[in-house]
This record gives sequence, structure tokens and C-alpha cells, in this order.
Amino acid sequence: MDDLLREFLTETSESLDTVDVELVHFEQDPNNAKILDNIFRLVHTIKGTCGFLGLPRLEALAHAAETLMGKFRDGMPVTGDAVTLILSTIDRIKQILDQLEKDQKEPEGSDPDLIGELERMVINAPAAAAAPAAPAVAPPPAVSAAAAPAPAATPSQATGTLTYQVLERPLRVGEVPLDELERAFRETAGPELTAPPAPKAAKPADKPAGGGEDEKTDAKIANQTLRVNVDTLEHLMTMVSELVLTRNQLLEIARRNENSEFKVPLQRLSNVTAELQEGVMKTRMQPIGNAWQKLPRIVRDLSAELNKQIELDMRGAETELDRQVLELIKDPLTHMVRNSADHGLETPAERRALGKPEKGTIRLSAYHEGGHIIIEISDDGRGLNTAKIREKAIASRIVSEAAAEKMTEAQIHKFIFAPGFSTAATVTSVSGRGVGMDVVRTNIDQIGGTIEVKSEPGHGSTFVIKIPLTLAIVSALIVEAGGDRFAIPQLAVIELVRAQSNSEHKIERIKDAPVLRLRDKLLPLIHLKTLLKIDNGENSEPENGFIVVTQVGKETFGIVVDGVFHTEEIVVKPMSTRLRHIAMFSGNTILGDGSVIMIIDPNGIAKSVGTVAAQSAIDEDAAQQRGSSDDMVSLLIFRAGAAQPKAVPLSLVTRLEEIDAKKIEISNGRPLIQYRGQLMPLIRVNQDVALKTEGTQPLLVFSDEGRSMGLAVDQIVDIVEDRLNVEVPSETAGILGSAVIKGQATEIIDVGYYLPQAFEDWLIRTEKKIKAKARTILFVEDSAFFRNMLTPVLRSAGYSVTTVGGGEDALQVLKGGDQVDMIVTDIEMPGMNGYELAQAVKADQRTATLPIIALSALTSADAIERGRQAGFHDYVAKFDRPGLLAAIKEQAAVMSEAA
Amino acid sequence: MTTGNDNHSGNFIEYVTVMIGSQLFGLPISQVQDVFMPDRLARVPLASAEIAGVLNLRGRIVTAIDMHCRLGLGKRQSDRPPMAVGIEFRGESYGLLIDTVGEVLKLADNTREPVPVNLEPHLARVSCGVHRLEKQLLVVLDVDRIFDTGHEAVAA
Repeated sequence: MDDLLREFLTETSESLDTVDVELVHFEQDPNNAKILDNIFRLVHTIKGTCGFLGLPRLEALAHAAETLMGKFRDGMPVTGDAVTLILSTIDRIKQILDQLEKDQKEPEGSDPDLIGELERMVINAPAAAAAPAAPAVAPPPAVSAAAAPAPAATPSQATGTLTYQVLERPLRVGEVPLDELERAFRETAGPELTAPPAPKAAKPADKPAGGGEDEKTDAKIANQTLRVNVDTLEHLMTMVSELVLTRNQLLEIARRNENSEFKVPLQRLSNVTAELQEGVMKTRMQPIGNAWQKLPRIVRDLSAELNKQIELDMRGAETELDRQVLELIKDPLTHMVRNSADHGLETPAERRALGKPEKGTIRLSAYHEGGHIIIEISDDGRGLNTAKIREKAIASRIVSEAAAEKMTEAQIHKFIFAPGFSTAATVTSVSGRGVGMDVVRTNIDQIGGTIEVKSEPGHGSTFVIKIPLTLAIVSALIVEAGGDRFAIPQLAVIELVRAQSNSEHKIERIKDAPVLRLRDKLLPLIHLKTLLKIDNGENSEPENGFIVVTQVGKETFGIVVDGVFHTEEIVVKPMSTRLRHIAMFSGNTILGDGSVIMIIDPNGIAKSVGTVAAQSAIDEDAAQQRGSSDDMVSLLIFRAGAAQPKAVPLSLVTRLEEIDAKKIEISNGRPLIQYRGQLMPLIRVNQDVALKTEGTQPLLVFSDEGRSMGLAVDQIVDIVEDRLNVEVPSETAGILGSAVIKGQATEIIDVGYYLPQAFEDWLIRTEKKIKAKARTILFVEDSAFFRNMLTPVLRSAGYSVTTVGGGEDALQVLKGGDQVDMIVTDIEMPGMNGYELAQAVKADQRTATLPIIALSALTSADAIERGRQAGFHDYVAKFDRPGLLAAIKEQAAVMSEAA
Repeated sequence: MTTGNDNHSGNFIEYVTVMIGSQLFGLPISQVQDVFMPDRLARVPLASAEIAGVLNLRGRIVTAIDMHCRLGLGKRQSDRPPMAVGIEFRGESYGLLIDTVGEVLKLADNTREPVPVNLEPHLARVSCGVHRLEKQLLVVLDVDRIFDTGHEAVAA
């Protein structure tokens, strides 16, 4: 291709992209002369170059568009229609350019449709705006009449001529030369300038508040830059990668020869290489704004198509990232913005009804965060429709109904990333074709990034994309496992822990699962050699090893390796296609010593480990309701008196404290401590617990109604999550029974037993307060544990409680005529469940008005809705003790009002 | 990429002869890049058995395929270090591990006979003919089919 032509193509397509963006800005801010000047200049340049290169069709289009814009400059009101027309002209120019690039010649044909439209607008608009003041526009009527039939006249004639002089172009039949037109309009410019300031008043509604601040049209002076072919850069990058490898090789040799005279020059070489590498990397860096460039135009078109008012707010456009990465995220970003506009934002009417501003906002922001770039796409729309997603997920068999029922909203939201998933009820041209978010996710996965979604019903949703800065060279930790070396990308590594059987950090086992206690957390561990099936039996001291604490998304886990060497800059080479199916590796590389090693893919590891995989679908806020069970309970494990651990549901504990043992005072024979301005009694779990006399005393603090009690224990061990089945009921006071927690028999303590010990009147006191309107609660719950846990809570709140183990029993009690003022029931129960019980209660005349409060692990918005339909008056999470009491109080208040 | 099959016109084809186990095989010389001594082969955990490992050949990462496994002869058990025939397939470098490399033979294509029907399936799948030499038979290997193991590899 002709150099000149190629240059023209590159330059023009860049100019057109700018024009796109600028026009959208201009439409919002029609008084910004600077933007208009910029657009005008760009289009004018295109026109000029086309004339010079002999591209009449392009030239004609550019000219017509320029003429209209000239009108804007002269004060013609800027209308949406006009801008749309210019934008479609620019689209046409782009099409022609594409064709031109392919065939190296301008495609035949002409564009009378657009040109006619443009001209008509030029003629009509001023007439409307300043009709009496424009006597000089005498020729136009003739032209407008002539322009309309033009298309039919000679569609092909325009191409035949290759004249370079604009003015000498032969006229089409019945056509007035464009230049003459222009001249005519130029002449009319004067009166229009004096015309009333119509443009200012024309679109005040569309002008965003403070919209002008972003539109600083910094007319860049482009002579500081140089155009370089991308291939050249790519080649340079490859060569630098090889140089890095060779440097590493040399360093490795120097490492082996202690007193090498190469040391100093090698150091120098190493530094230079590092700088060179950085420099080359920089040439590949592009501002993310490049990927966003097309978005204002897209959003503008969407807003017209969908009849929504959308404001696109872009922040951090200057954030730079590798062009390879940029290419890969361009499409996903566009798609997500479309999604936000189509699904996320409501129509202006809906928004008005909700009390939101009619104009919806889509916000894009990008920033650096520790070797990553974070891109957020958020909207202030309706948020994800959890119910619909769940329905769809069940319908497309991604998840079973039972499993979906137990999932949290955040978990359900993740289904939008599942293949072929789209909840759009109707397939619009914008989105909803079912090739949406899964493609986005795949693209982001490919570049080692992660995507997460946060959504709040009625307030919009936010997608957070985290991607690495570059893909080509990464810093990696070289480790050994089973005699082989592997590279673990440093980005995923949080820290290294040396585990030894006699040290603070040792690998423990819960049944077969290795774990590590790291500060306040239990870290699941994975032995790399076991995972990779290269365990040769050597060096198999299960308690020892190096643990690479790794983070993938929000999951943290430890990879156990036999040895850790050093970190090295490695050049990622893709795996052979024959090996690409192995999910554990993201690539391979040649080390400094020339050997080939595999690069571990932390994502693959996370997925491969069952427990971690199960967790990976779950957000931290879902931690309380893990996996398939609604009986998962956060338990505080502690020791008191005996070696056997004890546990208490964490939700009952207000605070954990470690107090200075010297601060314990004895008053009236009872240990007390000054705590938050009050005297707090300390109760020992049992006689075997000795209060410390020095050092710190661990306490579990329980508070209620402004009073606190400290339960003294020997040691706070851990917080775990497990299923709670009290298997062996206890005879001992203060102990509900024993349960197996994390593989160990654990005593569950009865908090209700200790509360009256602290304040004799703890229960009586509250009882008195409510006595006047004492209520009897029928508490229906199949799990003995929850019966035991909540009954004292209810009693301590002053209610008299009748407990039964199921729906049928509850109906018996009601039929028996016992005094019952309120029902608190579990939902999932064998036999008659909570919903059925509620229906039965409603159906009976005598009990129809009884308030019913449902208890469940599941408190999603639509579960609550379902509960309400079934006849529940309120819906409380099982562990939300204050919530339950508040709900009971509220219902009681409603009742007394009614009474 | 041309295969042995494509050169049917009675031409002579040059083969690099290799011994795998006790059998002589021929690889069309047009597809062989080089012959080298595989050095410092790094095993690839979780890969299928026929992947002997990967190695660094002048800065390129080469995937080594154990031809014993590929041909269903079991893992290679020999005291002598293997040799490798370097082949580029769809832009990637591979090394076929064999026992020894022999001379280059120029054989007429029209003397090539079809693969006997009773040949062991593993072998039959990757061969595209047999030449009767004076003392022994030479099985012609089809390079494309050696690499055509996408589904098999998963099954293995």
C-alpha cells in the first residue's frame, strides 16, 4: 500500500475516533467553542487530505459535515438530530475507509442520502432560527429542491472523476457546487451571529451539571510523539525477553564462580537490561482511555435507542497498562457498559418513580493497586435481579433448586458469569443474547485477571475487574516440590511461612486436610507434590515445609513446597498445545540456568482443591452460610478447665477481650473488672478455671440491655465454621452437650446458665419489665441445638416459652387451648415445615391472627417475600438474636395496639 | 505441512530412519528439522504418559514425546540415552524420543505398501505404509497422525 495512503488511513481513523468523542461532549455542552473548533479542525483536515489524495466520495461527505458544523460555529442551535446526522456521516466515512484499506481504492458509489440530509439541515436550520434576518440565503430553496432528487439522478457519476481541484469538480445533474453553497452560507454568517442567542437556550436540559469540567479539550501538540509499528515493538519486546533470559543465565554462572572478574560488568549489564526491559515495557503501555474512547459514542447511541438518559463518567483514563492486555479487555468493557445501560439502568419514568434523578450514571474508573489495575464499572440502576438469576440458573440446570435455595445473594449473582447465561427477558439489539458475561469472564481469566460483582437492589451494581499490568514478564518465586522446580507468580504470593513441627507454625491436620494456624486464621494447605502427583516419598515430613501463602480473588490458601529458592523475573512462554489442558500450569519458562520449569497457575490450584473450589463461589459475606448446609455455624472455640475444647456460637458473644490480670478486683467475694465505665462481673466457666493472677486473662464478653458479663476462660483457641449437631446431651449445668466440631469432640456451653450468675436479676429484671404484657411464645424448632440456644434467650427477654419439635406438635399445642401469643418457627423441618404450619395456623379461625415469626438461615429479599406470602409476619436469621427479640417486640406492640 | 501421503507420484522420498525398540521406522526428511541429544529433560507433572517432558533447545521450549509410549511399546527402558528428532508442528517445537538414528534412505514411493491390517492399532494409527528393505521392514511414520492425539490424550 502507498505509504501516503497508509498514513492517511491511520491518521484519519484516529481523528474520527476523536471526533466521535468530541461530538458527544459537544452535544452536552453546545457552548464550548473550543470543542467545536477542535472537531471542525479535524474534519477540515480530513476533507483537505481527501481532496489531496483524490478521494472524492470521502471528500464530499467530509465537506457536507464540515459545512453543517460551520453552521454550529456560526451560532446555529445544536440539536440531537444534527449531531446524530454528523455521527452517521462519520460512520459512513469509516466504512469507506475500511473498504479503502482493503481494496486500496475508494469504493464506488456516492452518498446522496447523507449529503442531502446534511445540506437540508444546513438550509432549514438557520431559516428556522433566524428566518427574517437571512435575506442572503436566497439560493437555498432552489438547492434544497435540487438536492432531494439528486440520489436518483446519477449515483455512479461521482467516482469517475479524479480531479484534484475541489472547485473544478464537475457538477452532478441539477446540483449546485458545494463550495458555492459554502460560500453562500459563509455570507449568511453575519446575520446569524447577530441572531438571538438561541443556541444557549436550545438545550439547557441536556447539559449536565458541571459537565463542562471534564471537557477540558487539551489541544495536544502531537509533535512529541513518533508513530511506531506495533510489530516493531513486539519484536523489540521478544528480543528484550531473550536478553533477560540470557542475563539470568549469566548471573547464574557468576553465582557459581565466586570470584569471577565478570561480576562487576555483569552487574552493570544486569542493571542496563533491567532498565531496557522497563523502557520497552513502557513503550507498550497505553492509557486505558484508549479502550474507552468509543464508549461515549456508544452510550450516546444507546441512550437514544433505549430512551434512557445516561451519563458516562470516566475516571482514571490516564491509567496505563500493557497494550496486549488493553486489547483483551476492550471488548469486555464495551460489553459491560452496554449491559449496564440496557439491564442496569431503569427508564426515566421508573427512575422518577423511585425518586432517583432521571439521568442514570454509568461510572468507569481505573486505578493501580499493587501490581494490578483495578477497573470498576458501576451504575446507579436497579441492581441485579437475584430472583430472576436464581430462576434462570435453576431453569438452565446450573444449580439445583435445593442448592439455590440455600445460596446467598452474592453467590447467586455469580451465576451471571456462567456460560450462556442471560436474564434479559427479551433479546434486544443491545444485549441479552446470552453471550455476555461468560465471555467477559473468559477474556479476563485469560489474562490472569479476576472479576467480581457487587449489587445492591435499587442502588445499582458494580463490577470490579482486577488485571495484571503485563503478561510478558512476571516476577516469580522459584520453589521446589518433589525434586522439581516450579515458578509461582509473585503477584499471587502474600507471604512465605516456614513450618516446623517444633515451631509456632506447624502443619496440623483435621482428619486428612492439612491446615496452618496463621495469626487469627486457619489456612487450608495444599501439598504441591501431592497435587501434581510427583510425591516420591522423599522428604516426607508432613509437619515441615515451606508454605507459600497465596491469594486468588478473595481466597487465601497455602501451597506447601519442599524448598524456596529465590525470585526471578521470568518470561512467560505459553505451554505447548499438548500440555495446555493441565490447569495447574499457566505456562513455562527457561530459568537462568537454562532449565525449563513450569509456571504454577494459582487459579488452577485454587480450583483443583475441593474445599477451596467450594469456597471460591462464595463471597466473604456469605461465610456464615457455607456450601450446601444451612446449619453451618460460626463457633468460638476455647479451653476452660479441661483439655477438651469448648465452644459457643459466635453470634452470642458480644466481644472477645484479653484483660490485664492485675485489673481484676474482688468485691463482695466476687471477681469484677472495670469495663467500659461499668463494673463487669467475671464468671468462671467452671470451678477448674483459675483466674490468672498475672499476664492477661482471656474473656468472652456477653452484653445485653446495657449489662455485660465476662466469662473467664483459659484460652481462646479459634473461630471455626462447622455443622452443629449436639450428639450427646449433657447433665452438667452450663453445658448443653457435646458435638463434633472440626473433627474433635467439643462441649457446647449454655450461655443462658451463666447470665443469672452474673446478675441474679438478669432474667428476672427483664421479666419484670415485660411482665405486664407477658407473652407466651410457641417456639417450633426441630433442631435440639437451636431449641437449647434460643429458649434461654427468649426466656431471658421475659417471655414464657413453650418449645415443640415440629409443625404437627405445634398445631397440637394450639388445639389444646394453651395460651399462645406468638409463634416463632423454623422453616426447614421434617414433616410439616414452617410454610405449611403458617398456612395451617392461618386457616384456623381461632389462631388466624397469631403473629408468626419465621427463623431461617436464609434471609434473602425474595425468601422474605415468599415468607410474607405464606403468612409470616416477620422473618429473622437464625443467629440474629437481637433481630429476633426486636421482631418479637415489634409484633407484640402491633398486637397490643390491635387489642 | 506435507505428509508422506502427499508425495504419491512415484517420486523418491528421503527418510530419516530411526530405531524405536526393535523396529525400524522412517520419517520423511522434509519434516525433520534436526536430530539432537535431549539434555536436561524436565518432566511435566500431570501430563499424559507419552509426554517425556520439556527441554530447552537453544532458547526454545521443546516438548519431548516418548515414541515408545506413543507406539504402545511401554515406557522406554534402555541404558543408552535416547536421541531426539526435532519436528515443528503447527508452529510448536517437538522432539520425538527414539533409541538410535540411522542413515537417510531414499525410497521410491511406489514401492511403499499399505499398512498390514493386523498391525497393532497403536502402530497402525501413526503409520502410512511399509517399505520392504533387504533385511528388515521399515514402517513409515505419519507425522500429522503422531500429533493427532487431542482426544486420546484426554482419555489417557
